[in-house]
Amino acid sequence: MTNGQRIIGLHLGLLVVLFALQFLLPAYHHGNMARIMVLASYAIGYNILFGYTGLLSLGHALFFAAGMYGLSLTIQHAGFTPAPALLAGVIAGIMVSAGLAFLALRTTGVAFMIVTLMFAQAGYLTILYFAEYTRGDEGFVIQAGQRLLWGIDLSDPTNRYFAAFTLFALCLLASLALVRSPFGRTLVAIRENEERVTMLGYNTFAHKLAAMVISGTLSAAAGATYGLLFGYAGASFASVQYSIFPLLWVLLGGAGTVLGPFIGTLFMFYLIDLSSGITTAYMLIAGVTLVLLTLFAPQGLIGELRRRVWRWLP
Amino acid sequence: MTLLSTRSLSKHFDGLSAVSNLDFDLPKGQVRALIGPNGAGKTTLVSMICGRLAPSSGKVIFEGRDITHLPAHKRVCLGIAYTFQITSVFPRLTARENVALAARRHLPKAKVQPAVEDALKRVGLQDRIDEDAGNLSYGHQRLLETAMGFVQQPRLLILDEPTQGLADNEIDNFKALINDLRKTTTILLIEHNMSVVMELADRVTVLNFGETLAEGTPQEIHENATVQAAYLGTG
Ligand SMILES: Nc1ncnc2c1ncn2[C@@H]1O[C@H](COP(=O)(O)OP(=O)(O)O)[C@@H](O)[C@H]1O
Ligand SMILES: [Mg+2]
Repeated sequence: MTNGQRIIGLHLGLLVVLFALQFLLPAYHHGNMARIMVLASYAIGYNILFGYTGLLSLGHALFFAAGMYGLSLTIQHAGFTPAPALLAGVIAGIMVSAGLAFLALRTTGVAFMIVTLMFAQAGYLTILYFAEYTRGDEGFVIQAGQRLLWGIDLSDPTNRYFAAFTLFALCLLASLALVRSPFGRTLVAIRENEERVTMLGYNTFAHKLAAMVISGTLSAAAGATYGLLFGYAGASFASVQYSIFPLLWVLLGGAGTVLGPFIGTLFMFYLIDLSSGITTAYMLIAGVTLVLLTLFAPQGLIGELRRRVWRWLP
Repeated sequence: MTLLSTRSLSKHFDGLSAVSNLDFDLPKGQVRALIGPNGAGKTTLVSMICGRLAPSSGKVIFEGRDITHLPAHKRVCLGIAYTFQITSVFPRLTARENVALAARRHLPKAKVQPAVEDALKRVGLQDRIDEDAGNLSYGHQRLLETAMGFVQQPRLLILDEPTQGLADNEIDNFKALINDLRKTTTILLIEHNMSVVMELADRVTVLNFGETLAEGTPQEIHENATVQAAYLGTG
């Protein structure tokens, strides 16, 4: 088997397993899994910029929220149906990420983190400011009747699982294709040594800009889907916490690996879920586990797997 | 025909004048050695030529075109390839991927791998092709840098101390490589190893304190008393 076949086999295999799980999982985990797949899509988007291009953003909640509000506001106030509303969410993500990229990519390192953080905070405050439309922190519910996509009721658990799966599969395969393409390889090279890439004749600004727009667009698609599937939009999704989450998920799963974002999201979700079942001090258990992981698997779960066993993992 | 010229090119670092008012001309097809003691301004000069550094004043002209304000990546696309003095390969990528990055920009997809394998073979790294670049010895990383330079098929290849850290047999191999490349490429070679300079260069420019001290054939430079003096005391 060539490495190419192994890679395709592994990723398609995961998708087959996730597809099959919807018939096997008990209701509680079934619902969790739908949520995890949407959040993992967000993490996949984050990973393109952070893991593959080497740019640490603290403002991705802005993109997630752009998608979520692009969808929910057009449904709520413009009477859109889900399909055009999803499109509106994605377009909002493209515009916001392109705008922020133009400004933030003039900086690097810590300055880039601060600029992205500040713009995301500005976005959060904007949502609060226009509370008349967004209902601010409290947010608003998208009624089941507004969540019929081509006649499919997305408030139904099975349909919801399938929709989440579809988004996740698209994001996973897009990310796999991207990182194996010449463009993706150039991004990795920029992460490793940007000046060298410039001196090989590549326009690194244009590459980073494209990476940030792709990353923001996937994040927005996840945000829009989240709003649509779970029927709610609120300002907390634009808060700094939602910028830190994808960073944590990606670090845990393995930055710069295709499967890392999913594994990290899954792991973190169930870590909190299980430990909160055992004790009220669940954040303590979660925290200790995270510290152990960073000590013993600094490259994240999939990163370690690649380092130790499967060197061919993309 | 002149491929590259600089006119009154200067670079100041705070108070220090690393390159001052330099007029430099390189005809097409030549192998030019650039020598001079450490700190003479050689790296600074070629960095301004390839766009890594902006000059304090003066002009860079390539193929009759003023490229002084052109960003570095566009100069590379015009055919100026630069290999770094301080080895600057991608340590976590394989030797193959390092060279492929350099080749992919100008070659159609199907031609990339053959070009990569050929380039690594010419520098004697065919057995290390799938090794991470960071695991190669210092000398081998120098050779990898060189391969990343010429695989771009540049019009002007700038090599900044490419033989540093090479073993004797690798230096012989390097000389043969340059003798092969000179048929198609103009080469600007910063070099400390005098045997390499004497054997390869058509002409030699000696830089000292950011100014041209002398220019001539390798033989003339070898016999030049001022040049000898400039090198005294530099160890
Ligand atoms: N980025 C820089 N900042 C300050 N001084 C520099 C810088 N780069 C080079 N210099 C100084 O400029 C002079 C010329 O350096 P360089 O061009 O590297 O010399 P060479 O390559 O001939 O050894 C030296 O005195 C060096 O210390
Ligand atoms: Mg130097």
